[in-house]
Amino acid sequence: MLSTVVFWIAAVLAVVGALGVVTTRNPVHTALSLVLTMLSLGVLFLLLHAEFLAVVEVLVYAGAVMVLFLFVVTLLMAGVKPPREEHRMRLAYQTLIAGLFGLILFVLVLHAMVGANWVSTLAGPGGGTFGSIASFGTALFTRYLLPFELTAVVLLVAVIGVVVLGREQE
Amino acid sequence: MVPIGYYLVLSAVLFVIGGVGVLSRRNPLQMFMSVELMWNAVNLTFVAFARQYLNMAGHIFVFLVITVAAAEVAIGLAIIVMVFRKREHVDVDDLSLMKG
Amino acid sequence: MQDAIVILLLPALGSLIAAVLGKTIGRKATAYVTVGAMGAAFLWAVSVFWRLLQLPPAQRSFDPVYWQWIHAGALNLKFGLLIDPLSTTFFLIVTFIGFLIHLYSVGYMHDDENFQRFFAYLNLFALAMLLLVGADNFLFLLVGWGGVGLASYLLIGFWHKRPSAVAAARKALVLNVAGDVGIMLAIFILVMTIGRLDYASVFSHVSSLTALQVELIAFLLYLGAAAKSAQFPLHVWLPDAMEGPTPVSALIHAATMVTAGVYLVARAYPIFHAAPVAAEWIAGIGAFTALFAATIAITQNDIKRVIAYSTVSQLGYMFLAVGIGAYAAGIFHLTMHAFFKALLFLAAGSVIHAVSGEQDMRKMGGLRKLLPITYWTMLIGAASNAGVPLFAGFFSKDEILGQALASGHFWLWLVGVVTAFFTALYIFRLIFLTFHGTYRGEGHPHESPKVMTVPLVVLAVGALFGGYLNVPGAWSLFDDWLAPVFARYPGGAIAAAGAAPNWGAMALTAVLVLVGIYVAWLFFGRGEVRTELPEGVRGVHKVLYNKYYIDEIGHALLIWTSDRLAIVLDLFDRVVVNGIVMGIAAVVKAWGEALAPLQDGFLRRYGLAVLIGGVAIVAYLTLVQ
Repeated sequence: MLSTVVFWIAAVLAVVGALGVVTTRNPVHTALSLVLTMLSLGVLFLLLHAEFLAVVEVLVYAGAVMVLFLFVVTLLMAGVKPPREEHRMRLAYQTLIAGLFGLILFVLVLHAMVGANWVSTLAGPGGGTFGSIASFGTALFTRYLLPFELTAVVLLVAVIGVVVLGREQE
Repeated sequence: MVPIGYYLVLSAVLFVIGGVGVLSRRNPLQMFMSVELMWNAVNLTFVAFARQYLNMAGHIFVFLVITVAAAEVAIGLAIIVMVFRKREHVDVDDLSLMKG
Repeated sequence: MQDAIVILLLPALGSLIAAVLGKTIGRKATAYVTVGAMGAAFLWAVSVFWRLLQLPPAQRSFDPVYWQWIHAGALNLKFGLLIDPLSTTFFLIVTFIGFLIHLYSVGYMHDDENFQRFFAYLNLFALAMLLLVGADNFLFLLVGWGGVGLASYLLIGFWHKRPSAVAAARKALVLNVAGDVGIMLAIFILVMTIGRLDYASVFSHVSSLTALQVELIAFLLYLGAAAKSAQFPLHVWLPDAMEGPTPVSALIHAATMVTAGVYLVARAYPIFHAAPVAAEWIAGIGAFTALFAATIAITQNDIKRVIAYSTVSQLGYMFLAVGIGAYAAGIFHLTMHAFFKALLFLAAGSVIHAVSGEQDMRKMGGLRKLLPITYWTMLIGAASNAGVPLFAGFFSKDEILGQALASGHFWLWLVGVVTAFFTALYIFRLIFLTFHGTYRGEGHPHESPKVMTVPLVVLAVGALFGGYLNVPGAWSLFDDWLAPVFARYPGGAIAAAGAAPNWGAMALTAVLVLVGIYVAWLFFGRGEVRTELPEGVRGVHKVLYNKYYIDEIGHALLIWTSDRLAIVLDLFDRVVVNGIVMGIAAVVKAWGEALAPLQDGFLRRYGLAVLIGGVAIVAYLTLVQ
């Protein structure tokens, strides 16, 4: 019972945040909306017995990545000046068409879901250890060790890339 | 208990909203954030399915997505800073070098 | 006989000199050269004739070859002359009458500024005609054939500043060339079947052809002959050809060129003998043409036109003869006709010259006393044309009619007899209108100079006495002379050749002729010209006067339709063809212009494209699966 209520609240907040991301003019507001969505998602993760991921979502995603975004927003003073008018003509109806196709996409997804038999029933209680840090760690370091190691490489590349890009041009 | 379908629908909604946002935003940072939104929607889907089938692979996947997203954000923002550092307006539409 | 080629070379040389040096050496010299060339050619032809007479009849055939033209595999084309009675007869006719007309032209064309050009053309014509009748194979016959067609075109349109002359020349050429196609096709078939074109080979292998092939060749050759010799309905060019100077009409359109068709049928008689269907058609159309043209001739008011239609009519008689197989009779009439028709034309020219260019007989009259020589010679010519007994035309025409009746062609004979009546009628109408009564015109008629009247007299002698070569019941010198030619291959003489003359039929014809003359005298001989016609006849007269509207019919059929066709095709070309070409270009251009904006460099649009593509893939995966 409680979980249902919590779900609905979190879901609504997530959607509100999403809408905020796509509509607000001020980039800072955009970032904060996204944070709202991420936090809601974290709650939803908890409902789905993904405790570790919920924490990671909040700490890493909302906490670090979004902070990075905000840094850049303030660095560029983005949004201080409103965007130029002239381009507006060249891409008329862009939003409309995008919205249209988004709607189509949504309908398709729904259509795909309707025929499946897992829509209504949720699986069993899931057991106590599902989603716990222990099980997560076990999976990460045994079965999925290779992807884990590769992410290390990815992060290394990212660090090198950022350093190179951030250099002063001679 | 909420049926898993609800989570999937929510995920689809977030995804589509993010998609529209990517295409209609002119500020590159806002565009980027919409992409983030789409990733998050996908994460939700993975986690939901992981719960449904009691398979940790979904969680691992989300972990990887978050990691890669972080790396990508770092580099992406660095590029954005590079490109728009000297400009007055921060507008993606100004980047028309891929013309023709 | 190798030297016979000189007969051709003389006018060739004359033509060349007149054409190239004519202006330089002046009129008198040009006249001497060209007239002299014809005269010399005539003498040479007489020499050939004489030499042939020295030999027994069976040996009177020579085939000197002068030049190898093409030798390609089985095809072996040489240029040679066939010297036998038939070709020699034509040599004599062409050179003699040609000579007289050349002489006459010196006077007639005296004031024309293109004097030299005229004689160059005349000699050229003579060359072509001699080649036509002298060649020993179909190919060079065709060369001569085309040559006379060309000369005819050049001479009809001699006064080329006159649009009517140009139109007439063009009409003649078009019809002649149409006929030439027939001969060409016949030559093609001959090459395909027999493989050779020289007369000797072709005629001896006629039996190896199928009936269909022979009939086809015969019809195709006849097509050429009909066009050249003005058979219905291809006769329409001949009356219009009167636009040319009168000597031209005399030479080409009376005595020689138009007779080329008759020559062809006679020469190729083995083919026509083996093609009875074609032969019947030839005779039938010939008879029809004779009557048809005669009925038109009685209404015409232009003196030359009457004579022109008379030529068409007499040619019909000749084709009637060769169609039924009476080749010698046809050639005999051809020879007599050459004399009296040339005489009639030259005399008409004399009359026209005397009345300063007027050609309408209604404005003539009473010239009998003023132009005595012209009158008497023309009278002789008219009598011969009509077939008045004892004149030349009587003997030749009646030989044809006699052969027709004796070989069972009753209807052809009847048409011929009726035509004889009309012939007498129209030709004596001409005589009475022109020479009798009182002068109705405005000029000062005077007799023509000697250079013009002497040829008239010479021709009159021939028109008067020529017939005595073939006196029925007594001797047939002319036919005997030609006999070896027609005995060489089967079919040269019809069964009736040796039959006894039918005095009754001849008498009937003679009576009709005299009746015709009397009727003409009734209407036209008593001085006044009746302009009123009785009621019932007026409609008929209108039709005849308008030549049965055949020119209008032809124009509507051919010219009107080809004009419309041209308009349709032009429209098609401009709209459809052009439209397709331009349309393709326009489509490509529009396509390009429509798609160009897609590559404008705007990233967001590219992103949209990605989305659309992604949606499409998802749609495929969800819906199609």
